[in-house]
Amino acid sequence: MLLKRDLGGTLLLALLGIAILVVPVLNLAVPESSSLHLSTYTVTLLGKYLTYALLAIALDLIWGYCGIMSLGHSAFFALGGYAMGMYLMRAIGPRGVYGDPVLPDFMVFLNWKELPWYWYGFDQFWFAALMVMLVPGLLALVFGWLAFRSRVTGVYLSIITQALTYALMLAFFRNDMGFGGNNGLTDFKTLLGFDVHADSTRAGLFVVSALALALGYVACRAVVSSKLGRVVVAIRDAEDRTRFLGYRVELFKLWVFVLSAVLAGIAGALYVPQVGIINPSEFSPLNSIEVVIWVSVGGRATLYGAVAGAGLVNYAKTYLTGALPEVWLFALGGLFVLVTVFLPRGLVGLFRGRKEPP
Amino acid sequence: MILAWILNAWLSLLPCAFAADVQEDPFAAALELLKDASFIKKAEAVEKLQSLNDPRTLPTLRALLQDELHYRASDRRLFIAQPRGEAFELSDVLSGEVEHADGKDKLKKVIINNQLRLTLRGAIARLSLFHDDTAVRLKAVHEITSDLDESSRALLHIALAKESDTGVREAMQTGLTLMELDSPDPGTRLTAIESLKSSLNPAVRNRLTALLHDQAQDRQMHTAAQRALSAIEFQLQIHGLIETIFFGLSLGSVLVLAAIGLAITFGVMGVINMAHGELIMLGAYTTYVIQQLMPAHLNLSLFVAIPAAFLVAGLVGIAIERSIIRFLYGRPLETLLATFGISLFLQQTVRSIFSPLNRSVSTPAWMSGSLEINDALSLTYNRLYITLFGLLVFLALLALLKHTRFGLQVRAVAQNRAMAKAVGIRTEWVDAMTFGLGSGIAGVAGVALSQLTNVGPNLGQAYIIDSFIVVVFGGVGNLWGTLVGGVSLGIVNKFLEPYAGAVLAKILVLVFIIIYIQKRPRGMFPQKGRAAEG
Repeated sequence: MLLKRDLGGTLLLALLGIAILVVPVLNLAVPESSSLHLSTYTVTLLGKYLTYALLAIALDLIWGYCGIMSLGHSAFFALGGYAMGMYLMRAIGPRGVYGDPVLPDFMVFLNWKELPWYWYGFDQFWFAALMVMLVPGLLALVFGWLAFRSRVTGVYLSIITQALTYALMLAFFRNDMGFGGNNGLTDFKTLLGFDVHADSTRAGLFVVSALALALGYVACRAVVSSKLGRVVVAIRDAEDRTRFLGYRVELFKLWVFVLSAVLAGIAGALYVPQVGIINPSEFSPLNSIEVVIWVSVGGRATLYGAVAGAGLVNYAKTYLTGALPEVWLFALGGLFVLVTVFLPRGLVGLFRGRKEPP
Repeated sequence: MILAWILNAWLSLLPCAFAADVQEDPFAAALELLKDASFIKKAEAVEKLQSLNDPRTLPTLRALLQDELHYRASDRRLFIAQPRGEAFELSDVLSGEVEHADGKDKLKKVIINNQLRLTLRGAIARLSLFHDDTAVRLKAVHEITSDLDESSRALLHIALAKESDTGVREAMQTGLTLMELDSPDPGTRLTAIESLKSSLNPAVRNRLTALLHDQAQDRQMHTAAQRALSAIEFQLQIHGLIETIFFGLSLGSVLVLAAIGLAITFGVMGVINMAHGELIMLGAYTTYVIQQLMPAHLNLSLFVAIPAAFLVAGLVGIAIERSIIRFLYGRPLETLLATFGISLFLQQTVRSIFSPLNRSVSTPAWMSGSLEINDALSLTYNRLYITLFGLLVFLALLALLKHTRFGLQVRAVAQNRAMAKAVGIRTEWVDAMTFGLGSGIAGVAGVALSQLTNVGPNLGQAYIIDSFIVVVFGGVGNLWGTLVGGVSLGIVNKFLEPYAGAVLAKILVLVFIIIYIQKRPRGMFPQKGRAAEG
């Protein structure tokens, strides 16, 4: 019912379903000599793209449907990642280089005697999983409440979200913050008892990422096609009118903003065990802007367009940074310009005709 | 055959030439004695050198005292050798010519003994105290003051009688008063402490602190010293405050310089130019290129670089406006994305041309060093000039916008595009020129920044967020807002730094701005009237 008249979404969910069934089989069951075999590297790469796609959906939800262009969405992504990273650090236990049963290696290295209070509880997976959603959600709640209540909109909002992620980046670079400073958190060993480097764990993470993306898509689709979603779109198109009609604009905005931040946090949490590291550069404003370009390449306000954009741009990035590293920034820069000038509705706009404005 | 004869004749003439040279120049004659191994001869040489009123004497004696004076047997010349990394820089004592040598093997050090060292110290102090240059005299007084004895006191007295410069006189007085602290008469000692109250000389502070812990002194002396010390501390604190404000002003002026171009493109035109930082970077690289082109005229290079950077960045800006931004007017978020793409493009271009490594831009002589106001306060010239330069650029821009025809047109287009068009203003042309102006100013800011930070492809990124923050904080569309915003952020930053560290100070400022924007979403000086809507 939800997917009625949503061809792109149906296609996306079908593809994800096929991938969930096929990818682990091709990776684990097909022998390496076969041409059908998928290497674990590829599986991990695909899994990484899926988490990026989830982040892109989160951004599309607020940018495409609510007109909030956040230039700080990678902050929520990275916070979710750090929460997961903290669990993975605690899970190392006494297997670290220094063998301390409680303190992660970098704390021993910095001569810390005891665990800072905010690291308590992260030895439990359920607690970390809760924090993955709670920390970005709370930050979005406080930040959004302050911003939307005082009607900070448009460019101003974009710039202060950028300042937010920039400030967080500077903060996490500091060693005394207790998050590993420059090096971040890495050298993970196990996730829920499974070896993070094992092929089966990687395949499992891929499946979980695909499921998360599918669920995230369905959730966002449910939100935007609900009555609430229509109010949100109305806010995007004419904020003042919606307010004059009696809607509490700031509460609607806040609700989608928090939801989007939570989704970004989940994406970050799934990203970290797959790439094996989280460090402060994930907070860099450049990352956030890259997310914006994924969404605009794919096409705003379609959700599945964001997924397509994230996949395509990141595939190009993987390919170009490997094959022609000099060209990558030229290509990315050119993409920004071309898409905004010639393809304001993204790639999806090419297929959708001129039925509805973006 | 003939050649051999000429060579022979020339060789026979050579010693005579040397001899004549020595006879003419008494300085050279005295130097000859230094080459002798005997310490008595050397002492004689020092004695002679002192009596000659030659500008070369002082550096020579200093070098001798610091074991830097060397003698080369091969051509009988004396050199002052100073290590330059691995190698040595040799400057000829007589002619001042500079050579480079990679080892000291061919050179023999001119050796001195303790007796000679004592003589040298006295001689150097005397020569410096009566030197023609005020700065040299002041330095000499400071050196003497930190290590006083009976002979230097007599010397100071004589020098004081001859001294005409008030600054040097004051320093000498301080030195003599310090001597009085050792006087047997308690009354003299107390008056001495009393008069040292206003001195900022670190030697005075050390001496008074020592006095405070000296058990031999009585209670009265202790309280007097305590009082004098706290007076000095207070003065030092005030100076520290002034210094912090100066640092803040200089950081603020850098922020204003970086942001003022943005204030035009963002504030007046409503264009979010994320490539602004890269235009600053282009300006810095232009400075680098200009310096490479005219290595002989380093002092002038900045004056050439300023208009050159303005042109380069301005033309790039106009090109960006004509080719991309003009299709995106009225869609601020989209210009943000497109210009961000341009910024990546420019970064990679610079990286491909100049390599990803930082380039070093040299500082001209007139910008290095510092202005010493008194013992506790000195302001570095480069920051001083950049502060003034920032102010100058601001005023020039203000005048341009308020008092020229072009400025009038810019403001007209900013306020009401359709009406401006209706009264015959070529809005497209004005758009391009305004964008070019903002970009050009960014280039000029790059020239200033090249004197403060490393010039590399990432230079722009470091300033773009700060620049936006300044513009938004000050209030969009208001140049005065940018000035006040930049300067106050600079000062706040510098005041926080001692307590919180540089990074945390920056974070605090960012958090403050984020909260401030909630309170006043349109900045400190919001636009009023119709232009404010939308």
